[in-house]
Amino acid sequence: MLTPTGTATAQGFLLEALQIRKTFGQTEVLKGVDLQVKAGELVFLIGPSGSGKSTLLRCCNRLEEPDSGTLRLDGTDLLAKATDINQMRRKIGMVFQSFNLYPHLTVLGNVTLALRQVMKMTRADAEARALENLELVGMVEKAAAYPAQLSGGLQQRVGIARSLALQPMLILMDEPTSALDPELVESVLAVIKALRDRGMTMVIASHEMNFARQAADRVVFLEGGQVVEAGSAEQMFTAAQHERTRQFLRQARH
Amino acid sequence: MESWERFVFTFFNAEVAARYWPQVLEGLWVTIFAGVAVVITGITLGMLLAAARTLGWKALNVPILIFVDVFRALPPLAIILVLFFGLPNVGIVLPSLVVLWIALGAVLAAFSEEVFWAGITSVPPGQWMAARSTGMTFGQTLFMVVMPQAVRLAIPPLTNRTISITKNLALGSAIGVSEILGQANSALSMSSNATPLTMGAFLYVVVFAPLIMASRLLERRYSWGNH
Repeated sequence: MLTPTGTATAQGFLLEALQIRKTFGQTEVLKGVDLQVKAGELVFLIGPSGSGKSTLLRCCNRLEEPDSGTLRLDGTDLLAKATDINQMRRKIGMVFQSFNLYPHLTVLGNVTLALRQVMKMTRADAEARALENLELVGMVEKAAAYPAQLSGGLQQRVGIARSLALQPMLILMDEPTSALDPELVESVLAVIKALRDRGMTMVIASHEMNFARQAADRVVFLEGGQVVEAGSAEQMFTAAQHERTRQFLRQARH
Repeated sequence: MESWERFVFTFFNAEVAARYWPQVLEGLWVTIFAGVAVVITGITLGMLLAAARTLGWKALNVPILIFVDVFRALPPLAIILVLFFGLPNVGIVLPSLVVLWIALGAVLAAFSEEVFWAGITSVPPGQWMAARSTGMTFGQTLFMVVMPQAVRLAIPPLTNRTISITKNLALGSAIGVSEILGQANSALSMSSNATPLTMGAFLYVVVFAPLIMASRLLERRYSWGNH
């Protein structure tokens, strides 16, 4: 839940982003956003385009550098100078709207690259780990294919396997299904659902309201770089406190 | 047909050809050796400069851009003459082959830096984000993810550049490098017959025609797009 600064650690949050601010040029995209995620939770970030969802996710692993705020993963201060951000990023998976698979590498190569480069695994170990994770997303038989030979839905499942293989503590997903043809969305949502059932912690920015309602533990509604309202999925969809939240959900459902 | 015989005697003289063939052929090896040296140093240096430019450090980018623009602007012959005839005045005497290698290597480095840079900047930013999000460092991302894609985009324009710059090896004859044209030229003055030049031209075609055909193949292959 959203709690005042200071009481967070005591409640055992896995990810704590507090009072995150980010400005691009003249535009303040994040105006002091709090996001706290417990282990095993699936948190949905919803809100209109330009509300700061993507930027907030990117601030969580410092792909964008927050201008100010507090950022902790499992108690480690991600903004501290002494923190090796590359080692921490390994523990924070990220899945992208446009998949961002490496076009010059096979599916297997996409998944093994960081295992070899960051975790310094041997080729054999990396490939075994990669195949295990491709199995989880149902992509083992495509291990030798190149991304361009795969549909968007299959590419996204590879993207999920790529971040899963690093055995992250949580995965950030930035609109994982919004670039997909409607009939491909389901298979990706099924993979996300399976991850949730295995206890993976996830923060997902998405417009899939039906999925949010059935799968999310918590929903955070962001608009204009601020959290308007946050609560359990049930509470947000049936008894949102703010008129703006109710209005957004009414429109988003169609 | 007096003039026709005269023409054959001047350009296709079998006797002169037989006598000077070994000498002109010697030039072929010098051209190939210098060509390989220019291509390797030029392209390697160009790639390193483009890689250095991705760091976005002004103190690095300004000298790189000055180097690139100056060496793209200067005629290669001017660079060769300045190095060969100018440097001895400040106590640096370089063998003519080394001058040719440095001059053309620098020109190729300048042009290939631009080609690689264009390739790097056309790799989508999502590729950087994806790799960095898995914990890969800037350098790992550059060399394992971005550069392979940039090289792929760079190959067709780079091949053309490389051929046109390597052909300038013939300028070595101006400072006494005994490459194909240099050898043919000295055979010309000794024999007072143009046949050695014909042989030289033939050897240039033998060296460069396969490269040009290869570049056309590569271009066709990569113009199909879709990685």
